Amino acid sequence: MIRVVLPAHLRALAQVGSEISIEVPGPVTQRSVLDALENTYPMLRGTIRDHVTQARRPFLRFFVCSEDWSHESPDQPLPDEVSSGKEPLCIVGAIAGG
Amino acid sequence: MSRVRVLVGTKKGAFVLSADGKRQNWNVSGPFFAGWEIYHLKGSPVDPNRIYASQSSGWFGQVIQRSNDGGKTWDTPGGGIKAEPGQMPKGESNKFAYDTSSPNGAELHTHQWYDGTQHPWEFKRVWHLEPSLTDPDKVYAGIEDAALFLSTDGAQSWHELAGLRGHGTGPRWQPGAGGMCLHTVILDPKNPNRIYIAISAAGAFRTDDGGKSWKPINRGLFSQYIPDPHAEVGHCVHHVAMHKSRTDVLFMQKHWDVMRSDNAGDQWTEVSGNLPTDFGFVIDVHAHEPETIYVVPIKSDSEHFPLDGRLSVYRSRTGGNEWEPLTKGLPQKDCYVNILRDAMAVDSLDSCGIYFGTTGGQVFVSPDAGDNWMPIVQSLPPVLSVEVQTLS
Repeated sequence: MIRVVLPAHLRALAQVGSEISIEVPGPVTQRSVLDALENTYPMLRGTIRDHVTQARRPFLRFFVCSEDWSHESPDQPLPDEVSSGKEPLCIVGAIAGG
Repeated sequence: MSRVRVLVGTKKGAFVLSADGKRQNWNVSGPFFAGWEIYHLKGSPVDPNRIYASQSSGWFGQVIQRSNDGGKTWDTPGGGIKAEPGQMPKGESNKFAYDTSSPNGAELHTHQWYDGTQHPWEFKRVWHLEPSLTDPDKVYAGIEDAALFLSTDGAQSWHELAGLRGHGTGPRWQPGAGGMCLHTVILDPKNPNRIYIAISAAGAFRTDDGGKSWKPINRGLFSQYIPDPHAEVGHCVHHVAMHKSRTDVLFMQKHWDVMRSDNAGDQWTEVSGNLPTDFGFVIDVHAHEPETIYVVPIKSDSEHFPLDGRLSVYRSRTGGNEWEPLTKGLPQKDCYVNILRDAMAVDSLDSCGIYFGTTGGQVFVSPDAGDNWMPIVQSLPPVLSVEVQTLS
């Protein structure tokens, strides 16, 4: 199981707690994790990635093992710590006021 | 006894305000979707318990919410975990993809940017939701960057009525200060094929074939801020209103100027008359008197607040030109709020109620057509939209 941490507003939208676990078939990458996340919680489609372009929304970032993976290729395998379930993929909203 | 339900969209959530027909004692529920911008909520005229809401955020984009119990509970249409047997849930209630397909789509061209250069067309948010007059599962969405979308499955999925964006004048459309938004959708109760829309800053358009083709209806508008003040498109229309009994008569609050048309928008005439300033955003029509209209004059295009800090609604009982200030119960000192374009509504009780919300978080009601006003709430987040449902 892959662990994912969502920002508070998306937890409310998906009606889940602070951390969720999902099955991810095949190689564990940003894309495969987000695909699995959106298939399990379809109300999240379009809120993390643009519905049409699949690009990461600009005010969101992806943190893995205390590193910023936001600008890595979405198909790059995530570290073993994530694929083993030891560490979560953290989806974080930028601090931008408002 | 009849009652009213006021749907309020704010910068940080939605609120539902309820009262009986006297409109004196109010119940306030919310915030719903706390922390999100709720540009608009509107109930179905066919099934008042069916309400659609536009929820958006600079972080997380667009979400469409739907209630089937008058706003008590909400869900994202088609976005739940349940799906048809053997199928994955689609979760496309917030997918607004411009239709560029052939033969019905339109090329995704560019529009004019603030500096006059061309800029790519990009979906940003839903400004206005207009439920069908006959089918609770049918709802229109006016979006930024300007286009009109339609759902026929209760907002589970959307498709663009691309004839509007494909009209050919798109490269001359430009954003107003709030963005290039399609903010007004008016359905003609006498002619199901006729729809009016308005875009800031392109102008007003009309279809007479159910949305396949559109024509600009801006003749008579004069806008000094564009190179040709009489141009076919490029006008910053702030809002348009119509009385359901006279669907060829339209009233418009433009950036500056209050206008009317008596021929379905083919020609407009200025009716600002004795208004102290004719800049503003809202305009609406009395539920039972089609020549009685309301505006809230705002000082200027840069000073978005009432003149002299005194909040005044102006009423014309002559369809324009002759206006009277309505101030009883409204702040008459140190009031520097704005009233945004979708933040005025009227109920259809015998004594017509008028409602409006302010960027200062107040929602006011007049249960007697504007003669007397009282606040329903005074400290909400900035109000983006107000709609009212008259319930039996």
